[in-house]
Amino acid sequence: MTQEEHLTSELAALSRSAPDGTLARVLTRAGLADEYTIIEGPTGAAFVAWSIRGVTAFVPVDAVGTTAGFEERHPTMATYVDAPPPRLAKHLERAMSAGRLGRLPIDMSSIGEFQRAVLAKCVEIPPGEIRPYGWIAREIGKPGAVRAVGTALGKNPVPVLIPCHRVVRTDGRIGDYAYGSAMKRGLLEHEGLDPDAVERAAKRGVRLVGSDTTNIYCFPTCRHAKRITDAHRVEFRSEAVAQADGYRACKVCRPAA
Amino acid sequence: MTINLESLPSRLAVDRERGFPDLVRALQDGVYSGALQLTRNPHDAEDVTQDTFVRAYRALGSYDPRRIGELNLRPWIWTIALNLCRNRARSAVRRPEATLTGDRVDTGPGPEAQAIAEVSVGEWRERLSVLSGPQRTAVVLHHVVGLPFSEVAESTGRAESTTRSDVRRGLARLRTLIEEETR
Repeated sequence: MTQEEHLTSELAALSRSAPDGTLARVLTRAGLADEYTIIEGPTGAAFVAWSIRGVTAFVPVDAVGTTAGFEERHPTMATYVDAPPPRLAKHLERAMSAGRLGRLPIDMSSIGEFQRAVLAKCVEIPPGEIRPYGWIAREIGKPGAVRAVGTALGKNPVPVLIPCHRVVRTDGRIGDYAYGSAMKRGLLEHEGLDPDAVERAAKRGVRLVGSDTTNIYCFPTCRHAKRITDAHRVEFRSEAVAQADGYRACKVCRPAA
Repeated sequence: MTINLESLPSRLAVDRERGFPDLVRALQDGVYSGALQLTRNPHDAEDVTQDTFVRAYRALGSYDPRRIGELNLRPWIWTIALNLCRNRARSAVRRPEATLTGDRVDTGPGPEAQAIAEVSVGEWRERLSVLSGPQRTAVVLHHVVGLPFSEVAESTGRAESTTRSDVRRGLARLRTLIEEETR
């Protein structure tokens, strides 16, 4: 080998493969694909996917079984990575332990206007509290769209994180959930709510509770309703009854428009 | 995986989103290998590699299909990559390198074989840094990445004859350096 050939072959030997995951990172940054991983959430192991804009999916592992199953049902291409980027991981952890989104970004870019409004309203419900579907419909200015609200929540791409489990039937029953009503009840219990007690009260006809000292009525799980002592607690079947008794609606849980 | 670079421009022109992953697959190793020599460390090389393709994807979005169909992909990608390498070098002057511990190393061969391989990458980076900018770029693109002279010339925007003499002079300088090292 001549000296010249030796030199050029050494230079050629400096060729390297790009690091693993380069393609995945590029596609994610270009907005062509999401990345996903498996995390431990309040409902057990879950797939979490994200784009550069934020979280795009949250799916209990049991619901889809395998990574192949997840990738197949995910709306865009998704590549598996070991962990979310550090910042996202931090806010995800906080969101799950607090039961509030906090600074966790959710990618709503492929979600329509109506569903976006429904999900944004749902996010306002604090952990440990529940609201009826009709409440969301009214709050977003579409009081007639109760059924559509149910559909929009049923298609929530990030359940648990956006707490659609905190929205229940108007008759007070806990109702359906995309991953089964048992999971919905489990999540509410995890937040300190007793779903059986809630349903028992609803069965007795209790929709609202008020305080005879303030003459204000609330949804039964509103934080202000929980403070009412038994001696001053009044139960109502409907807003009409409460208002007829001279009570006004709570401005925090807003049981009436 | 072998990807047909010849037919890729017309595929990209028709369907940017589906053709793009193949563009990355076909050229990522070359861009990374070159960037390893033209930036200060593997971390920068990794960033430059990603940034190059992200920019390329955005650029494709602003081109009309005919322009995409006529692209000479490798030199086009390298025009973007070289610009990013130069920007890194410029900001490196203001922001001196931290340490080698900041190096991100990809998983591949075992740690020992890899350590030896990385030493040679680093060693050559030192040697090549002695060359003038154009000579170093031309030597790296032609001999490390394996681009033909015509594509090196297109990547750098210099004449092919100039490119040939840059490579020739660069190699001569490297030979002298190695002789001095071994003396």
